[in-house]
Amino acid sequence: MEIEVKSEMLMKVENLKKYFPISKSYFSHSVHVKAVDDVTFMIPTKSIFAVVGESGSGKTTLARTVLRLIEPTSGKIFYEDEDLTKFNSKQLRSFRKKMQIISQDPYNSLHPRKLVKDIVGEGLKIHFHMSSNAILDKVKETLERVGLREEHMFRYPHEFSGGQRQRIATARALVLKPEFLVLDEPTSALDVSVQAIILKMLKELKKSLELTYLFITHDLAVVDYMADYVAVMYLGQIMEMGTKEDIFNKTAHPYTLLLMNSIPDPDPHVRRGKMIPQGEIPSSVNPPSGCRFHTRCPYAKEICKREEPKLVKISGTHFVKCHFPNPT
Amino acid sequence: MTIITKEGKFKEFIKRREPIIEDWKHSLYLWKSTKLAMIGSVIIGILLFVVIFAPLIAPYDPFLNNMAERLQAPNWSHFFGTDQFGRDIFSRVIYGSRIEIWIIFLVSLISGGAGTLLGVISGYFGGIVDEIIMRTTDMFLAFPSLVLAMAFAAALGPSLTNTIIAISIVGWTVFARLARAEAMKVKKQPYIEAIRSVGAGNIRIMFFHVLPMCLSPILVQLTLRMGTIILTAAGLGFLGLGVRPPLPEWGSMVSDGRSYLVGQWWISTFPGIAIALVVLGFNFLGDGIRDIMDPRLRR
Repeated sequence: MEIEVKSEMLMKVENLKKYFPISKSYFSHSVHVKAVDDVTFMIPTKSIFAVVGESGSGKTTLARTVLRLIEPTSGKIFYEDEDLTKFNSKQLRSFRKKMQIISQDPYNSLHPRKLVKDIVGEGLKIHFHMSSNAILDKVKETLERVGLREEHMFRYPHEFSGGQRQRIATARALVLKPEFLVLDEPTSALDVSVQAIILKMLKELKKSLELTYLFITHDLAVVDYMADYVAVMYLGQIMEMGTKEDIFNKTAHPYTLLLMNSIPDPDPHVRRGKMIPQGEIPSSVNPPSGCRFHTRCPYAKEICKREEPKLVKISGTHFVKCHFPNPT
Repeated sequence: MTIITKEGKFKEFIKRREPIIEDWKHSLYLWKSTKLAMIGSVIIGILLFVVIFAPLIAPYDPFLNNMAERLQAPNWSHFFGTDQFGRDIFSRVIYGSRIEIWIIFLVSLISGGAGTLLGVISGYFGGIVDEIIMRTTDMFLAFPSLVLAMAFAAALGPSLTNTIIAISIVGWTVFARLARAEAMKVKKQPYIEAIRSVGAGNIRIMFFHVLPMCLSPILVQLTLRMGTIILTAAGLGFLGLGVRPPLPEWGSMVSDGRSYLVGQWWISTFPGIAIALVVLGFNFLGDGIRDIMDPRLRR
């Protein structure tokens, strides 16, 4: 499958698969959870690439596999021209300073027994031979960049609020001057008011430091605010992918349409004939035959049960995996 | 540009770390305000004082037999009375503290250290490494601990050092299991993944990030096992495999006085009280240290 986009690509992921084995007994053949199943996408340099989907769609696994925090089952991950899957552990470790992750849970992502200066400065200690005073200077500078103050360096994580902790996690990621940042639902554990502040900060940092984001979220409002490109995931596969305009204004996949419709409307008088996704997301151990979405799709036909559609290009930057795109 | 002298650099070094020094001062304050830790430290402090100044404190030679004064009840010349050979029990308890502290120190170091290390390695790496280490602990745990210690002590020959080695070999499994369980819990935490994504290697993660989180239960377990260690040493001594009779080891003194317990209660009682006090002191201290070390319980 060929994906052609004009601007330069920082990250290319090809046919990435991650299966988790679950062996229920020693006698039956092994069963797998197909968390990420044949995913291909590209992230243009200095853009925000958002991945949306329900819980259980494999977004978080995708984020971790892309950084090789989890070993992929198969597939290739190119960072510029280098294939991450070919790196040995030593090469990978020194390469990690270029790509960082900010995880979902700010309450458990900071070591509870370490001072903020050690949490943030650890990466500098690993990658650069810096004197401890130089590290302190650098940590201070980075903390100020994310809106914290110098005196916060000598405190423990439990003394901070959720929003502040996420700032510390951001500082830890930024201190190494990465080019690529994976944000795994960075705001899902925070209050709505704090969410907005953190998102604003992340967006400003992206601009001033010329970063590239892979932004994982389940919140379409956040996607609308942040993203340049969007991929919609369902059961470990990308269902629809394109620029934000493609996805929001020219929605082609019924699943994306359902997601759009499930955004709550603040106006109580508007009662549209809404389509709400029915039922639960099916198990990724035994995904449905044919199109994975046919069990919940209001437009499903006979062919959807039998044949798996391909991810096809329907316009310049817009890809969709459906037999009958553009419903309505 | 000013020239930075060595002295200036040092001053800056101190100045940058003022908050850390403040933190230490705060630890000291917490230690002072934690009553149990305070009592524990006082008991252990007295023990250390006695260990160092034993020859000055003890009024008699702990090995000197004096059949004329045998089996005396506590009185002004013999505070704790005398035993069946007329040896002064007070002096023997004082000198015994030296043996006790040596046993405790070595057993903690060997079984605590080796157990924790193997446990963390086992829990962190998992898989085949874990299998090998854990099946080894199963083998050690399959035997009753005193019987196993006896076997080792008999194989190594009866002496104090060999007794210590035998107890340590038997005891390390407890710490290994504890450390393994903690390491398995800690390694799944997001902060470990975060530090891995920063680029830390296995050794760094294991020793600087996983190990510190495993230490507090180990420390508590260690202080709680001090009593068992002393008693196992006594048991081996009683069987003739550990501390040899003339040595004033508290446990063997308790077992020596056992046959006189009805008429001459003081022979076993005073070394027994000494054991109880030291064990209590270590328990209090361990509890206090745990509270002070955990930043979440501070402030």
